[in-house]
Amino acid sequence: MTKFTPGRLFIYLILLLFCAVYLMPLMVMLLTSFKTLPDIRGGNLLSLPDVWVVEAWAKAWGSACTGVTCEGVKGYFWNSFKMAIPAVFISTLIGALNGYVIAHWRFKGSNLFFALMLFGCFIPFQVILLPMAATLGKFGLANTTTGLVFVHVVYGLVFTTLFFRNFYVSVPSELVKAAKLDGAGFFTIFFKIMLPISKPIIMVCIIWQFTQIWNDFLFGVVYSGSDSQPITVALNNLVNTSTGVKEYNVDMAAAIIAALPTLFVYVVAGKYFVRGLTAGSVKG
Amino acid sequence: MFNILQKWLPKIILSPSIFLVTVCIYGYVAWTGYLSLTHSRFLPNFKWAGLLQYQKLMENDRWLTSCINLLVFGVLFIVISIVLGTLLAILLDQNIRQEGAIRTIYLYPMALSFIVTGTAWKWILNPGLGLEKMMHDWGWSSFKFDWIVSNEMSVYTLVIAAVWQSSGFVMAMFLAGLRGIDSSIVKAAQIDGASMPTIYWKIILPCLRPVFFSAVIITSHIAIKSFDLVTALTSGGPGYSSDLPALFMYTHAFTRGQMGLGAASAMMMLAGVLAILVPYLYSELRNREQ
Repeated sequence: MTKFTPGRLFIYLILLLFCAVYLMPLMVMLLTSFKTLPDIRGGNLLSLPDVWVVEAWAKAWGSACTGVTCEGVKGYFWNSFKMAIPAVFISTLIGALNGYVIAHWRFKGSNLFFALMLFGCFIPFQVILLPMAATLGKFGLANTTTGLVFVHVVYGLVFTTLFFRNFYVSVPSELVKAAKLDGAGFFTIFFKIMLPISKPIIMVCIIWQFTQIWNDFLFGVVYSGSDSQPITVALNNLVNTSTGVKEYNVDMAAAIIAALPTLFVYVVAGKYFVRGLTAGSVKG
Repeated sequence: MFNILQKWLPKIILSPSIFLVTVCIYGYVAWTGYLSLTHSRFLPNFKWAGLLQYQKLMENDRWLTSCINLLVFGVLFIVISIVLGTLLAILLDQNIRQEGAIRTIYLYPMALSFIVTGTAWKWILNPGLGLEKMMHDWGWSSFKFDWIVSNEMSVYTLVIAAVWQSSGFVMAMFLAGLRGIDSSIVKAAQIDGASMPTIYWKIILPCLRPVFFSAVIITSHIAIKSFDLVTALTSGGPGYSSDLPALFMYTHAFTRGQMGLGAASAMMMLAGVLAILVPYLYSELRNREQ
């Protein structure tokens, strides 16, 4: 292929240097989480543990103090799943139906609605926090997982609709028209023509929504109660607890636990992850 | 009967979303706007206050600090991410072996939440135990790096963590843009005797203008809503020296019982987003018409 010149060597060196920079924090987190506290004080960020111990992991999972309770992050880890799975499922389903209507069953006003939705992708969530809190309170959903699911569905559906609409627009409208002439109805066309070809966009949508919802902190910290806090809120409470000796190894283990599900998705479905990022990158 | 149902079905399917978007986005924005014009404190109070809250906001030192911080943080974060992302994309575009693996390494931070990122960097930047100690151990005993506990420098630690998190993503956008450029243009320029740096500077980078604009929009959006990162990394401190508007809004609206002031600050954030977004959308639409 290409010849190996000093110039190319230089390029490789820079690229590898940046690999080291990007990997360093993850390495530091992993190494720290396997050290004992005296080892942390004696060594440094990148020194290997004297002895590899998993106590910090056990403590982070089962007995570390997150604010007032001392039961580790395990409950919050499951809370995040309980919140993310229904929210991802519902918002993807609504997005698919909306996108299908907007792309192939246009009616007066549907374009205007789509424009309003697009604009909604950009609003800073601070501007809806207070009224949403009042609404959740009024319906008895404050401090519940159901309330969080509702919030994530509402503010996720603008993105999922956008994904599916952009995907379905590329389906030739002649195909849909022909099916209509053959007497196929709204749902027949959706289930027989649209859904079978939707696998890539469904993947993008699920991954996008899952990472957004799993990583969310703002809605979690404002709307969750002590029983429904997601893992991001618990991690922040754990790290910022000021009582007692600071256990950096436990902090790092908890941070990795909080990161594992999305890292797993990234490694397993990286291709769709990047596509989702570039397709809906406005949410950030 | 069936036909009538078919005719109405698309509208019926869309109507719950129309309702939710109208109420929970536009209705709530109006609601927050209204709250910002009242005397609300711990509870909503519908007594009209005019622009009092905005006036209080403008006289609030902490708000001014957080706006200046956002400007410093935002500009540095956007510029560094884009320069770094473009550079890495160009380097990765040179027929690099193991390109896929390198790309994966550059991008993985984007999968993490800002809370995790903040936690990790807080530990790395810990003066006395983190980077500083490592450099001392490696023999550079005069190395000092205590930005995170310094009033003047703490806001720059936000830039470090945010660039680490998002620059790989900017790289991915530019790499996709580079791959979309017609290679025959580059070949023609090569035949004309142009050097590689000239080709990149004069031909390829100008082609990437649209990518550049999306990158600015996305990174500025990330900067304006940065709440998790500042909460996890510095909690706005020391004092409120690294406060950002998003944290200011949360603190005043939810923990300090200054709902009206919080609402006003949220409206100011919205205004900031619109100031960036509207010219962008306007130029987009005009280009499309041409």
